[in-house]
Order: sequence, then structure tokens, then C-alpha cells
Amino acid sequence: MRVIYTLWLRQIKRFFRAKSRILGAIGQPLLFLIALGYGIGSVYSKAGQGNYIEFLVPGIMAQTVLFAAMFYGAMIMFDKQFGFLKETLVAPVSRFKIMFGGALGGATTATLQGLLVLLISLFLGFRPHDWALLPVVVLVLGMLSVAIASFSSGIGSFVQDMQGFQAINQFLVFPLYFLSGALYPLQHVPNWLRIVAECNPMSYAVDAMRGLLIGQSHFGLPKDLLVLSVTVVVLVTFGAYRFRHIEA
Amino acid sequence: MAKAPLAITASKLTKKFGDFTAVDDVSFDVQQGELFALLGPNGAGKSTTIKMLTTLLRPTSGELTLAGHDVAKAQDSARKSFGIVFQDPSVDTEMTAYENMELHAALYGIRGSEIKARVQTLLELVELWDRKDALVKTFSGGMKRRLEIARGLLHHPHVLFLDEPTLGLDTQTRNLLWDYVKRLSQEEGMTVFFTTHYLEEAEAVANRIAIIDHGKLIALGTTKELTKQTNTKTLEAAYLELTGKTVRDEAPGRGDEWRARHRSRSMR
Repeated sequence: MRVIYTLWLRQIKRFFRAKSRILGAIGQPLLFLIALGYGIGSVYSKAGQGNYIEFLVPGIMAQTVLFAAMFYGAMIMFDKQFGFLKETLVAPVSRFKIMFGGALGGATTATLQGLLVLLISLFLGFRPHDWALLPVVVLVLGMLSVAIASFSSGIGSFVQDMQGFQAINQFLVFPLYFLSGALYPLQHVPNWLRIVAECNPMSYAVDAMRGLLIGQSHFGLPKDLLVLSVTVVVLVTFGAYRFRHIEA
Repeated sequence: MAKAPLAITASKLTKKFGDFTAVDDVSFDVQQGELFALLGPNGAGKSTTIKMLTTLLRPTSGELTLAGHDVAKAQDSARKSFGIVFQDPSVDTEMTAYENMELHAALYGIRGSEIKARVQTLLELVELWDRKDALVKTFSGGMKRRLEIARGLLHHPHVLFLDEPTLGLDTQTRNLLWDYVKRLSQEEGMTVFFTTHYLEEAEAVANRIAIIDHGKLIALGTTKELTKQTNTKTLEAAYLELTGKTVRDEAPGRGDEWRARHRSRSMR
């Protein structure tokens, strides 16, 4: 436990020391919220769909967590590049603890960034329909971030350099994001797109957030949580498996 | 009374990358408390050997024990028994010197009350105690190396591995560093296994010297024995006699190239 805690703490400390990361954590979602929220929002409400910002906030929270947790893999690339990885690999500790401790740290900072988006959106007039559900919101963000941070550790384990990681990262992250229903409702999309979205675990995280925050759900919360739980197990296993074969 | 176990035993150690043999049937023993140098030209198999000794690479065949622990069977005990200073820095530069030490203590399961005193002793030894709360990214190359030595000693290792520890350091820092290492080896009976390209360091520090070339151990003995064997006067002359005068490829060894093509499949 102490090893996991220490490696978790390392990620937290590093996050709060990197002011640029905190600025980015505020700036990027704010840009998305304002540009999309007000840009598309007017068309959205003209089409009789109601308040787009309200619809968008849960999606942007999930997006922020997705991007931030994927960034954890970049931390592994830094550890490879700057040599710290070797210090952990020769230590008398299982590789799983090393992977999981760091991924939990990355997941925690990602969840915090997701909650920061909620805070920002309050200033844009967003109001969750039931504050009592906030702990469940944290749980869903936590599950998504643990799954994605483990996934990115797995990718960071076998990719050689930062350029390669960025390429894979973008190749995976953007489809996960754009094909998830984070930006549009899944009710009225063409069938093929709905099928793609239904195969995308990210859709269930977005849907759970939307259900909890504004009371609109496409799949229903039980199904969302079930898919998310399976995703966590699969991706943590993937991360642990790949990390066992990491080379410093 | 049972004899103290040998610090390192390597028996028929071999590492193949595809059809390329980086380390070929290498055997040697290192006594507890000994200062042992491994020399060899670039690409000779030094790094591969040290990676196998420190559990970063699994040997293709052969046996290896550290402080009596079989590296393949009792990996964690073997890992606890050594400290290492890598060729390239491996400290977390975004953390303070003290935090790097604390992290190491956690990884090696050192208990709370013990940590503070031990960290202070070691940071004082390498003259970094007054900089303990500074971020390591503000340190010079020599300071980072000293921090790594202090960190490598934190868990009282039986064996300290130093992979080209003085590369890129000025003469003052180099002398200082070898002073610590020799003192520690005497005071704590610690075994030191190091590689270097500076033959005068090997001559001044090591009790025994092994020379590896093309993956094979080609000589092993004291400076005296090696000069006698080659009928030369200095270690440098003996070394050149044994390994030839041709300049070796500075590019990554063939083992590295092979690994770049076939990733994974290393160790747990």
C-alpha cells in the first residue's frame, strides 16, 4: 500500500507544481464550453432542443477527464526519457504496484480537472439538477479516469518516444471523444453512428454524467455503470500486462 | 561458521538478441567487500552484463546470484541486496532531493523512524544536506550524481553497482566521488562493482579488474596480474594489448538495435 500511496503522491505533487498544467486544465475546457456552447448553442435551441450549454457540460467534463488521463501515459514517456523509470524497475516491488500507483495518481488529477470544469460551468449559469448526486458524479469520473490512465500506461509501456506516443494518443483519443455523444444527442444520429457510439465505452461515461447532472440519459444509469466497470477491469488488466514488459 | 556468501556469482551468463550474442558464456565471482571493475570497449557487452546483474534484463542462459540470492528465483531479495547508480540520471528532477530519498525508502520498504536519520547521514556524506529541499532540476550534473549515490546507499545494499559513474564529471567531483565510495566500502564492508572508460580510475580503485570484449570475458585479475600476463607496464597498455587499438563503433550496440526492433519480452 505504501508503494502505491507514494507513487500516487508523486503524481499529485508534480501536478500541483506544474502551473502550466493547471492553466491548461482550466483553459482548454473553458474554450470548448464557450466556443461550442455559444457557437452551436443558438442553432441547438432554434431546433427546439433546449439549452445546449446544459447539455454540453457533462460531455466536456468527461472529455477533460479523458484527455487528462491519457496524458498520464506521457508521464511514463518522461520517466523513460529522464531515467526515473529505471529507479522503479530495479526496486523490490511488483510491476503492478508501480503501474497502478502512478495510474491512480494520474486518475486523481484527471478527476480533479473534471470537477474543475463543473466549477467553471457554474459561472456560465450551469446548475446540476440534484446536488446530492455529486458523489456519484465523482465516482463515474474516477472510474473513467482510472480506466483511461491504465490504458495510457499500457500504451506508454511499449511506445519508444514522445512523438510516437502523441501520434497514438491523438489517433485514439479523438475518435473516442467525437464518437461518444459528448457533443450531440444520440437519439437523432444516423444508425451507423449510433452503433459506433454504442460500441464506444466513452459514450457510457458521458451518458452517466448527463443522467446524473441534468437528468437526461440515453442508456440508463445501471447500464452505464456496468459498461464502465467492465471497461475499468479490462483496461487496468491491459495496462498491468503491458507494463510488465516495459523496458527502461 | 558458514562463510559469508559471495557478493556476486555469475556462471555461464549468456544473453542473445536474436542471432546476436551480446554476452557469451561469462563466469566470475566477486567477494564481499571487494571493489571490482568491468572494463571493455563500446559495444563489448558491459551494459548488457550490468543490466542482467541488476535484473533489468533476463539472461538467455546461465546463473546469477547476488548476496546469495538467486536472481531468477528470489528476485525481490536479490533486488533488495543491491543499489545502483545508472549511467544516465534516474532521479525525479521535478521533486526535491529529500523527496527522491523518501520515494526510494518507500520502494525499498524502509520504516518511518529509520528514514530521517539515514537520509540525513547520506545527504551530509555527499554534501547535499543544505540543498535537500531544492528541486533536483536546479542541480548540476555532479550534484545529481552525488544524490544518486546517496539514494543507492539508502537501503544498506550489499553491492553497489556504478555504471560509468564519473562520465562527464570534472576532476574534483570525480576524486570526491571515489573517496566516498572507497570509504563506504571500507566502513560498511560493501561490495562495489563498477564500469568505467577511465583506466586510471580502475587502476587506482579496483581490487580486481575484468575485461570483456565481443561478449566474452577475456581477462580477469589484479592490475599486476594483467600487466604481467600481457608483459606490459601499465593497465592501459595491458588493456590495449588485450582489446586491440581499433576504434569501436560509438553507435548503440547491436543489442540495442535488436531491442529497438523487438520490444517487450524482458522481465517482470
